[in-house]
Amino acid sequence: MALDSKIPKGPIKDKWTDYKNHINLVNPANKRNIDVIIVGTGLAGGSAAATLAELGYNVKAFCFQDSPRRAHSIAAQGGINAAKNYQGDGDSTYRLFYDTVKGGDYRSREANVYRLAEVSANIIDQCVAQGVPFAREYGGLLDNRSFGGVLVSRTFYAAGQTGQQLLLGAYSAMNRQIGRGKIKMYNRHEMLDIVKIDGKARGIITRNLITGEIERHSAHAVVLGTGGYGNVFFLSTNAMGSNVTAAWKAHKRGAFFANPCYTQIHPTCIPVSGDHQSKLTLMSESLRNDGRIWVPKHKKDVEAIKAGTLKPKDLAEEDRDYYLERRYPAFGNLVPRDVASRAAKERCDAGYGVNATGEAVFLDFASAIERYGKETAHVRGLDENDAALVKKLGQEVIKNKYGNLFQMYEKIVDQDPYNTPMMIYPAVHYTMGGIWVDYNLMTTVPGLYCIGEANFSDHGANRLGASALMQGLADGYFVLPYTIGDYLSNDIRTGPISTDTKEFEEVEAEVRKNIDHLINNNGSHSVDYFHKKLGKIMWNKVGMARNVKGLTEAISEIKALREEFWKDVKVPGTNEEYNEELAKAGRVADFLELGELFAKDALNREESCGGHFREDSVELDGEQKGEAKRDDENFAYVAAWEYKGEPSDAVLHKEQLEFKDIELKQRSYK
Amino acid sequence: MNLTLKIWRQKNASDKGKMVDYKVNDISPDMSFLEMLDVLNEQLVNKDESPIAFDHDCREGICGMCSLYINGEAHGPDRGITTCQLHMRMFKDGDTITIEPFRATAFPVIKDLIVDRTSFDRIQHAGGFISVNTSGNTIDANSIPVNKHDADKAFEAATCIGCGACVASCKNSSAMLFVGAKVSQFALLPQGKVEATDRVLNMVRQMDEEGFGNCTNTGACEVECPKGISLENIARMNREYLSATLKG
Repeated sequence: MALDSKIPKGPIKDKWTDYKNHINLVNPANKRNIDVIIVGTGLAGGSAAATLAELGYNVKAFCFQDSPRRAHSIAAQGGINAAKNYQGDGDSTYRLFYDTVKGGDYRSREANVYRLAEVSANIIDQCVAQGVPFAREYGGLLDNRSFGGVLVSRTFYAAGQTGQQLLLGAYSAMNRQIGRGKIKMYNRHEMLDIVKIDGKARGIITRNLITGEIERHSAHAVVLGTGGYGNVFFLSTNAMGSNVTAAWKAHKRGAFFANPCYTQIHPTCIPVSGDHQSKLTLMSESLRNDGRIWVPKHKKDVEAIKAGTLKPKDLAEEDRDYYLERRYPAFGNLVPRDVASRAAKERCDAGYGVNATGEAVFLDFASAIERYGKETAHVRGLDENDAALVKKLGQEVIKNKYGNLFQMYEKIVDQDPYNTPMMIYPAVHYTMGGIWVDYNLMTTVPGLYCIGEANFSDHGANRLGASALMQGLADGYFVLPYTIGDYLSNDIRTGPISTDTKEFEEVEAEVRKNIDHLINNNGSHSVDYFHKKLGKIMWNKVGMARNVKGLTEAISEIKALREEFWKDVKVPGTNEEYNEELAKAGRVADFLELGELFAKDALNREESCGGHFREDSVELDGEQKGEAKRDDENFAYVAAWEYKGEPSDAVLHKEQLEFKDIELKQRSYK
Repeated sequence: MNLTLKIWRQKNASDKGKMVDYKVNDISPDMSFLEMLDVLNEQLVNKDESPIAFDHDCREGICGMCSLYINGEAHGPDRGITTCQLHMRMFKDGDTITIEPFRATAFPVIKDLIVDRTSFDRIQHAGGFISVNTSGNTIDANSIPVNKHDADKAFEAATCIGCGACVASCKNSSAMLFVGAKVSQFALLPQGKVEATDRVLNMVRQMDEEGFGNCTNTGACEVECPKGISLENIARMNREYLSATLKG
């Protein structure tokens, strides 16, 4: 099967407008006869559910949490990008498009990214109209901040809780439609498979997480907004329940999985403290606006800090290595995430890590506190040379900007980041890879759509900060409602889809068989035992730096672990009750398949690009010596994998990426 | 450290439920409270016993899913945090810790420590929104300037995570802090003023129908709220409600 990305013809700036002018529409009376299933209620799924219901479709929305408001978009901290150019600093749709393609290391699809940039400004208008309380300046207008990898301030924010505010906005739009009866909400339901009829996605099988009931749900189209698969690493900044199951089941039913190896390891997370750890906590990238990253220049100081005989704040300026500012003077602490993460790993691998495990660097706010303190003292006509006063004033400013993040840090680490630098280390955060979709956001299964982090389309090999929220809402509010209408216009005469068919029966039987196996397995190890083992393999061999030997080992180790899992996993209780171990077992079973495909994809991609760093592909000399080396001649393609049974049998399909509006060149942040 | 846990076990909504004692050993002070429960659950699974069911998801204090009543306090002894942000360094070796679900008529127990908080969702369905379509065909975001003081207050109200600690802490099981926060967020913003009257009437009506109690100004909700939502929001809702009633 050849991949057709269905990119509209014409100049890039006209594609989306022309497309919208020529698609088929469904009239309001017919929309009432069409059902759409949406799985996941984060920014993408929630906004899509609200908008489709508002247009008149009958929406059934599903989430595994107890309320749509708890989807993990809620945890996004720093902000949302939009090409508003409110700051007058040279921003434009083109520049946001350019930054995103460049930031993604030239591995995303130009037409999709341009459309994203084009609708970005509208998102802010929409959210403000919904009552999202973005940060404002004293004049009453919206405030902006900067994020990594760009030279303008285009990030809108609500303290360190932007994701929460945007999700609650989408949730409120959903609530309006739930109240009207246009969205039927299924909380605490997990999607366990997709049902196809005549090749088209026509329904899903779910498990009610409270009663264990296996249910059939039908619709004319199915939309997955089920997020990323970072939890394949066990430890990540994802929520405990975040999983790949919906996407993986879609893959097994014919949806190609694209670029699984593109993972974002976020540079600023709270370091791992011990084996008991269940998840990692992000410290927003926005902190790099004001925080400076450093390690000591000399090993003796590293040892003294570790031993507790030297306080980091007492180390003289000249004995500190602000390695990002040193290596990347143009972008400094605001280099993109992949670059910042690798640089931290490089220093820690060289022995300069500052905590007991040797895997931490400092993120220091002392200079920002002083700068803001002086500024405030000046404005208020106070003594700028009174160090204690300046510090107090500066701390107040920092508290205003990042108070909730500092509090989170203090609660977890038990140190006061206003007075001693934070310790941070990279952690798995986001997955750029995902289900392959065309320009319409449709997968390779007709009638099956995939939006938000769950798809692969907009971020290439590395996502820029504050772009995930933008993509989720763009897909759900502004893109899918058009593209899905074009598809559904062929379904106005179809009538309701019955669930009383052999297709539903067969898929349901498979789901039940799987559950029965897990429940009756009576193995000797818990689900977490396998998940943690998988996580260790992934982090050590498919993590921040990858090589042929490690990847080859990972593939066989994951395969062996998967076999052991099916033989030896222990799930207590029954299906007919609330049973979290059973839910977890199903998710880990899918991670154990995805993990292998992930490693296989990483092995196939013999280049370094974005978050995918191959130790055998680095620049050997010149100004960029030691930096990641991309290979455009051989790898400027999307690797879309077709399921054929075992992950090792997956077949590679290539979507060649064409760069007509942006020149392909080496990414430099120097 | 070694601890004794007294945990509420209840098979399902119709089961009577009871407290059961458990022991956990070698707990690190750096663990979060939920990680301590993970340790217990791993032990229970390995002994073929049913693990403790509790709600949790983001484990960074923002999703509002976790909801434990620990030693008689919603989210336990620390302030300004959710259960997942409570760390074991708040306890000492040999402690006995009592763990119960958030209790309220409007929050029926589903299993063990998990309660059904969909009553909160239903209050939001009744009016927790601004009736604008999501088509994007609205005015430019900067054409509605908002006084920074109001914007900040609206934001503070909007940081509510809907966990239900306010209800669990209230002797009347009142949801006024939760509802007051949502009413306030929109009442403080020019965008929300248009339908403010209907909103407050509908949300309060639904709140009463769900079986939440009334507010008697004790203030326990504010103390236990992980996001520090202020009682001011209840006062603002009362004002809004009064003026809506007079208009109506």
